[in-house]
Amino acid sequence: MQTYYSDLLVIGAGLAGERVAVEAAQEGFDVTCLSIVPARRSHSSAAQGGMQAALGNCAKGEGDNVDVHFGDTVRGSDWGCDQEVARLFADAAPIEMRRLAHWGVPWNRVVPGKSFYFKGGEKFEKEEKEEKRGLITARSFGGTAKWRTCYTSDGTGHAVMCTMDNRCAELGIDVFDRKEAISLIHDGDKCTGAVVRCLRTGELEVFLSKATAICTGGFGRIYKATTNAVICDGGGHIIAHDTGVVPIGNPEAIQFHPTGIVPTDILVTEGCRGDGGTLLDVNEERFMNIYEPEKAELASRDVVSRWMTHHMREGKGVKSAYGEHLWLDIRHLGDKHISTKLREVDEICHHFLNVDPRKQLIPVRPTQHYTMAGVRTNKDGAVYGLKGLFSAGEAACWDMHGFNRLGGNSLAETVVAGGIIGVKIVEFLKGYETDFKTALVADAVKKQQDRIENLRSGANGKENVYKVREEMQDALMEGCFVFRNDAGLKKCIDTLQGTLEKARNVGLVSDGLGANHELAAALKIEGQVKLGLCIAKAALERTESRGSHNREDYTARDDQNWLNRTLAYWREGADMPELQYEEATPHYEIPPGDRGYGGGTIIEADKAEIEAKTIKK
Amino acid sequence: MSRQLEFDIFRYNPQDKGSVPHMQTFVLDETENMTLFIALNRLREEQDPGLIFDFCCRAGICGACAMVVNGKPRLACQTKTVDLPSQITLLPLPVYQLIGDLSVDTGSWFREMYQTTESWIHTNKTFDPTALEERMENEVAEQIYELERCIECGCCVAACGTARLRDDFLGAAALNRVARFVVDPRDQRTDRDYFEVIGNDEGIFGCMGLLGCEDVCPKGLPLQNQLGFLRRKMGITAIKEIFRK
Repeated sequence: MQTYYSDLLVIGAGLAGERVAVEAAQEGFDVTCLSIVPARRSHSSAAQGGMQAALGNCAKGEGDNVDVHFGDTVRGSDWGCDQEVARLFADAAPIEMRRLAHWGVPWNRVVPGKSFYFKGGEKFEKEEKEEKRGLITARSFGGTAKWRTCYTSDGTGHAVMCTMDNRCAELGIDVFDRKEAISLIHDGDKCTGAVVRCLRTGELEVFLSKATAICTGGFGRIYKATTNAVICDGGGHIIAHDTGVVPIGNPEAIQFHPTGIVPTDILVTEGCRGDGGTLLDVNEERFMNIYEPEKAELASRDVVSRWMTHHMREGKGVKSAYGEHLWLDIRHLGDKHISTKLREVDEICHHFLNVDPRKQLIPVRPTQHYTMAGVRTNKDGAVYGLKGLFSAGEAACWDMHGFNRLGGNSLAETVVAGGIIGVKIVEFLKGYETDFKTALVADAVKKQQDRIENLRSGANGKENVYKVREEMQDALMEGCFVFRNDAGLKKCIDTLQGTLEKARNVGLVSDGLGANHELAAALKIEGQVKLGLCIAKAALERTESRGSHNREDYTARDDQNWLNRTLAYWREGADMPELQYEEATPHYEIPPGDRGYGGGTIIEADKAEIEAKTIKK
Repeated sequence: MSRQLEFDIFRYNPQDKGSVPHMQTFVLDETENMTLFIALNRLREEQDPGLIFDFCCRAGICGACAMVVNGKPRLACQTKTVDLPSQITLLPLPVYQLIGDLSVDTGSWFREMYQTTESWIHTNKTFDPTALEERMENEVAEQIYELERCIECGCCVAACGTARLRDDFLGAAALNRVARFVVDPRDQRTDRDYFEVIGNDEGIFGCMGLLGCEDVCPKGLPLQNQLGFLRRKMGITAIKEIFRK
């Protein structure tokens, strides 16, 4: 058995993982990163739009500061976030963007002089100041008061990922690709590494570490229609949740993006709407300006997704072989803008739709996009339940996003949280000694060997993993999508309980040898169905509408009863998750109020209680 | 009437002692807007779960799914079957080590390349978190990004005559990487430093100028311009070196 040792084991080498790794390596610790794909293929690299940070350099960002960014983030979260964490994030973001510039990110810069921009299909003029020449510029994104989203053309994620991976190479960090962690090594109290399947040879390996960080991104792939890469399948969540002592925070908080293209669900960036693109219905008429006169297409994602679904339900959708959709119109932005600032969009339209966005409309519909849900951590990124286990990025519920995440805040979170949590891991490592129990390691390996053997031999049954997966995906699309209600959620739970049984009876059709994909899918199917059940159960219990969690039968935001965070545990041998709740935030800088968009009523929390928890300035 | 597609796919699993390299034929009904991503996943899920291939973003952004499609290296995810004849031959990329069937090890190759080219900003400046960012002209930033758009799919190397002849040739992706740092004002390396890395037959002088790299680059990177740019720079550096001695 090949065994590796390091001070810090980072599972997942996207932006959050590598940023954590860099922080620890800079302090002289021995760091190993694992990734199922070469690091630069991580889903971080697919983010086109940008990273929010209140630099306030560009004309439309004037007057921006960390307080405004903090406020937008809290309002965006529909007061579901941890305000302490949102504060840490907003304060650190500008420094982190500058640090990235120092490491080599080619941020777009301020160009002095007059230029045009579009908003809601109309053309406006702005003038950039000479004194700001060459500083990092920003673009407009939904849900933000100022232009705050730092970017490199439309390849921000890609450019930052290259720079971060370069930094890892410079520091000599071992980044092992094609390695998948399939279980954590722990004694119910502390985590000491992971059992890993090599995706080149199929061999099992052991990675021991003093500290372990889960940075494996989201788990959108449990939905059928998702913008996520095929690797975003919940692997990291599953191994943490499987321990029985680690909760998933806010599983019901799943974000849907308004503009996934039909039929492949590939995302076209929010930048399309930020730069002035409009949404049209079957009559090629705008409709967002009717529902949201102020923000229109630039309202926050959950709001736009809902109005789109609503509008299609009103019979205004475009019928197609793949179901109904709406149109995204960027024709008026012109050739130059589309070929430079929205080049990826242009390429996606060309390669996957045979559409020229200069002349034709783009078919879009809401699609699963982001999991605010995740491995629950405290503000230091330390995972609840296991000492030595940390998590950062989309995989984590660090909880600066609450129930809705603002565009440009996720990519920013990867590096900002990675930096903050990296520092905390360094503090942890400095004063920490552990011991590795050989029996514990042998047990953990044996358990995985047995699982694999049972799957290969068909000892559990003959269920086909791909069919089981499809059943789970369909159930979630039906019951846990943009709109939710009591009957739909109950039906979803019913179905998923049957699916769970099937997932436990999967047997391989192929031999499972080497880099076998069927085995990889089979090893995580039970965990995926459990995640699905956590979403459905938590969504059923939460009898209110908050951010992206929208109940048709409980349309108000109920601060009296639900100003809290769900914690979903899965105890060993259980068939359903156990739900607990904790306060959303230890204190308020901004007491709960109206978001300013999205309509809906609010059942207010007890005033005295909120007052007592509000920080006096 | 939809077409019936015939896929001839290279099969070999090095981890299976009984496996022998061979071609296997699969048949699939074409559907609207079908890409090779859709087709291959259907083949694996419906016909042969042992089929090995790579996809990640499935949106032409990450570079995971490069393979040789009817003789030409390209990204499978953004290849529409409607643009192909009904006979489709799929082979793994050459040059890289085979993992199984259509999957090759681009990760190790590129990682080695980062080390050879020292793919990071070389500077003696330290970061000051209290200071404003160092200014840069937007034009320069865009020029750098233009070269950083490489998704490391490996198509350029797979299509390169020199890389097919000699294992140690750096290839267009590596030379493009060097060019990225040459144009970056933050990097303090001199032409002589770069000459140490690429001023030889494994580097810039090994290129035969066949243009295969640029022909197949799915991102349309100006690889030959970069090769030309570096070759002139390195040629001048070589002459200077002669006079130094």
